[in-house]
Amino acid sequence: MNAATPVARIADTGWVHVGTIDDIPRQGARCVRTDGATIAVFRTEDDRIFAMEDRCPHREGPLSQGIVHGNCVTCPLHNWVLSLETGLAQGADEGSVPTYPVRLEDGAIHLQLQNPA
Amino acid sequence: MALEKLVIVGNGMAPGRMLEHLFEQAPGRYDVTIFNAEPRVNYDRIMLSPVLSGEKSFDDIVIHDDAWYETHNVTLHRGARVTEIDRASKTVTSANGITAPYDRLVIATGSSPFIIPVPGHQLEGVLAYRDLDDVEAMQRYASFRGNAVVIGGGLLGLEAAAGLHMQGMKVTVIHLMPTLMERQLDTAAGYLLQKELEGRGIDIRCGANTRAILGDGDDRVIAVELDDGTVIDADMVVMAVGIRPSTALAAEAGLEVNRGIVCDVQLRTSDPAISAIGECVEVDGRVYGLVAPLYTMAKILAADLAGAPVDGFLHAETPTKLKVTGVNLYSVGDFAEGDDREEVVLRDAARGTYKRVIVKDDRIIGAVLYGDVADGGWYNELLRKGECVRELRETLIFGQAFQNAGNSDPLAAVANLADDAEICGCNGICKGAITGTIKDKGLSTLDEVRAHTKASASCGTCTNLVESLMALTLGDSFDASAPKAMCGCTHLPHGDVRRLIKANALKSIPAVMQELEWTTSGGCAKCRPALNYYLLADWPGEYVDDNQSRFINERVHANIQKDGTYSVIPRMWGGMTNSQELRAIADVVDKFAIPTVHVTGGQRIDLLGVKKEDLPGVWADLNKAGMVSGHAYGKSLRTVKTCVGTNWCRMGTQDSTGLGVALEKFLWGSWTPHKVKLAVSGCPRNCAEATCKDIGIVCVDSGYEVHYAGAAGIHIQGTTKLTTVETEEEVMEITAAMMQMYREQGFYLERIYKWADRVGHDTIRAQILDNPDPRRAYYDRFVFSQRFSQTDPWSERVSGKDKHEFKPMADLSSPSMEPAE
Ligand code: SRM
Ligand SMILES: Cc1cc2nc3c(=O)[nH]c(=O)nc-3n(C[C@H](O)[C@H](O)[C@H](O)COP(=O)(O)OP(=O)(O)OC[C@H]3O[C@@H](n4cnc5c(N)ncnc54)[C@H](O)[C@@H]3O)c2cc1C
Ligand code: SF4
Ligand code: FES
Repeated sequence: MNAATPVARIADTGWVHVGTIDDIPRQGARCVRTDGATIAVFRTEDDRIFAMEDRCPHREGPLSQGIVHGNCVTCPLHNWVLSLETGLAQGADEGSVPTYPVRLEDGAIHLQLQNPA
Repeated sequence: MALEKLVIVGNGMAPGRMLEHLFEQAPGRYDVTIFNAEPRVNYDRIMLSPVLSGEKSFDDIVIHDDAWYETHNVTLHRGARVTEIDRASKTVTSANGITAPYDRLVIATGSSPFIIPVPGHQLEGVLAYRDLDDVEAMQRYASFRGNAVVIGGGLLGLEAAAGLHMQGMKVTVIHLMPTLMERQLDTAAGYLLQKELEGRGIDIRCGANTRAILGDGDDRVIAVELDDGTVIDADMVVMAVGIRPSTALAAEAGLEVNRGIVCDVQLRTSDPAISAIGECVEVDGRVYGLVAPLYTMAKILAADLAGAPVDGFLHAETPTKLKVTGVNLYSVGDFAEGDDREEVVLRDAARGTYKRVIVKDDRIIGAVLYGDVADGGWYNELLRKGECVRELRETLIFGQAFQNAGNSDPLAAVANLADDAEICGCNGICKGAITGTIKDKGLSTLDEVRAHTKASASCGTCTNLVESLMALTLGDSFDASAPKAMCGCTHLPHGDVRRLIKANALKSIPAVMQELEWTTSGGCAKCRPALNYYLLADWPGEYVDDNQSRFINERVHANIQKDGTYSVIPRMWGGMTNSQELRAIADVVDKFAIPTVHVTGGQRIDLLGVKKEDLPGVWADLNKAGMVSGHAYGKSLRTVKTCVGTNWCRMGTQDSTGLGVALEKFLWGSWTPHKVKLAVSGCPRNCAEATCKDIGIVCVDSGYEVHYAGAAGIHIQGTTKLTTVETEEEVMEITAAMMQMYREQGFYLERIYKWADRVGHDTIRAQILDNPDPRRAYYDRFVFSQRFSQTDPWSERVSGKDKHEFKPMADLSSPSMEPAE
């Protein structure tokens, strides 16, 4: 998928195709803009895909710009570590980021945008 | 009464096993007829690789010989491909005109290899790997030696590659993903496998995509071309990129077909008179490609045909092994990382082994083993039974045999070094010399070892290693308060890691993690940037930078700001600028509506609040005006501040501006443990504040004072004066030598002043000042490494590098939204 191509919603299910796994480097992230939040879509070293709001619970750092390691991302602003799976801050820090369900099918990434967890 | 007629389409491993069970349970119940497209009896397909490599013959792998078919009264039609099933009249017909009626029909058509339709895929010499015909064809090509290219680095591809290599061919494996067998192995095990196969002489290209297969005038394969333009000679190409269940026959007969032929848990298709078995089957949405589940199917179908009660088919994890002689790997289950699971990792670099067991809710859910696979069966057993492993947790990773004492030895990495591995780089002392001297002279303290061997007596970065050697040699009697580990992923401190990277010639992050026995599979945000720097500094021109291991600023060559925008600082060499540059900056500010322009503390201009997507555009315009990245974001050379010196100042003694510009042009682009800032002042009034910089030059009448190890950030510390020299050339040589010494010895995020405190000013003075040989050597190594680092990262990105960094993957916001479906 070309970057920033407008994407049609699958109206009845809430699942939206946003790109393919190859669009994201391993241990990297890309953003998806929506009318509401910007969503960061992460790809781990073992090719799992996670999506969460691109906004750190600490001081709103863009998590998509962090370093991805294991199933976590380290925020680029003040190094909070957040779980990609649960959105929870790790270690001594407290807070959480809304996450979004992801479906990966033959490399195509779909997000369920309606009800972030 | 006539026997019921059982007809089987396909004579592979699954129906073969099924018939064995059936003849045991209900001998003589059916009159059996088999149609097989292959012109031969049932054989052990999974042993084709040893046949290819020459380790076995076809006779060795036959499962049912002619006598077996006779004994069981089975009619086998060889070379007879069934082309039609007539469900109304209950008959099947083959391409060579044989028709057979059935009461019960079993479809066992297996899978067909998937051929990627790249240009050239029909050329002569492009082969699949599925049956004996393929093996015989490969062996014909191999008899001429020559070049083989295997497309696909999965199980089949690697077995083919190893077999062809043993047959004397020069083999290249092309694999799309970054690591081999990524579906069965994690990256650590994939690395070990790649290393093993490369060690045998097989060329492995991961992350490589085939663009085309090239042929000669006679439509014979001559080469394979990759996406990046590389052309690899090939007399033969083996495609082993995957398999597809063979479902066409069933689909034409109107049976329900999805990915495979859809069956219930008794393996009946949508027509109750027709069952299916093997790789062509889909049960509960799953299809299978390994024999273990197919053998389970065989039992179930045999019972069903015998009219005996049986439990339905249940999914179970099947372990993967690779049948390449001398390679031991084992993987089973789910080995992804996750919050809800824990991983236990054990690496033994000397033996080249790696074990990782994944535990969730006190139960094993997956395991990856490389090298030492003895416990694979045990882990799989625990996994299959869903046994609680809470009690075993501590010793689980050491395997079944190990259920008493013992622990993982933190000294193992050092113990395993060869005697001629260099421990002390400054003095060229090897491990054997140190342990030998400790024993011969009865040494017991670090100072004694330093005095007698010179090891760790210079820069001191090998101190921990020397202490480890002492601990190994002296046992419990030696106690050193060990310095802190680099991060939670290793017990080794920075110094040891740096030295072991050199001593063991480790050249990639997975290599470091395996050989130095990292306790996590992929490292963390602390160790990865450090390792990336160490490898970059130690192997210039060889190591390929790992962008994903860099902090965002270094990934996008701009500084992230608190609101997620970026700041852009172009170089102003020595703090100099001119009207064109200023005009270009002003234009960029207007064009991209940049909100803030600030003159930095480093004598240059910072454009703050640039949107990420605008970065390439901003750089392109600045590049056009001749400006390049100022690396204001990097662990690298930042600024060289200057004053106006003899050019203008009535006090100036030398051309401080010219020297500053020359230094910046010489040093820029170089990656360093932490940032490096310089300044050149034209006289001792020191208007460029040179005496609080990492390296500072103060011009005097007689020449140039060289200072170093200043600080004016968190700590304030005046520089130490190194020397006074007479020429600019000497300043350049000393500065570059000092940079290089720091690059080679500094710990990640350690500024020059901290490094100097640690290694000692005397050591630096001895290497850089007192002795011209090491100085020259450092200088030469710096110049060499600069050959690979002085490319402007901005212009690289303007011309498309890392494009993905700068654009969102998708834009679902209203202005560009299409109507919903
Ligand atoms: C932009 C600038 C302030 C300004 O507007 O003037 C600046 C901005 C930052 N400085 Fe600085 N420093 C700037 C000159 C300095 C100076 C003065 C100098 O270079 O002559 C110092 C003291 C000298 C020194 O480095 O010791 C300075 C000492 C620091 C330190 C403390 C370093 C230390 O080890 O003590 C940090 C923190 C760090 O590096 O960990 C820091 C970190 C930062 C960071 C990178 C904070 C951060 O981590 O995000 C700021 C980034 C801003 C940005 O996005 O551009 N900045 N910073 C100056 C850029 C200079 C340039 O042209 O490249
Ligand atoms: C080189 C190689 C190595 C392997 N290694 C392993 C391993 O280590 N471990 C493991 O578990 N598995 C391994 N496998 C996979 C394993 O061999 C298969 O899972 C298994 O053989 C599948 O059995 P099957 O009976 O479903 O199909 P097959 O064994 O493929 O048999 C299908 C047969 O049906 C015939 N046929 C197809 N269509 C028709 C038709 N219309 N009419 C008549 N006949 C037809 C085909 O010619 C073929 O002979 C390997 C496979 C290969 C090729
Ligand atoms: S002094 Fe502090 S606030 Fe100011 S630029 Fe430097 S790091 Fe940022
Ligand atoms: S904003 Fe993420 S750590 Fe501060």
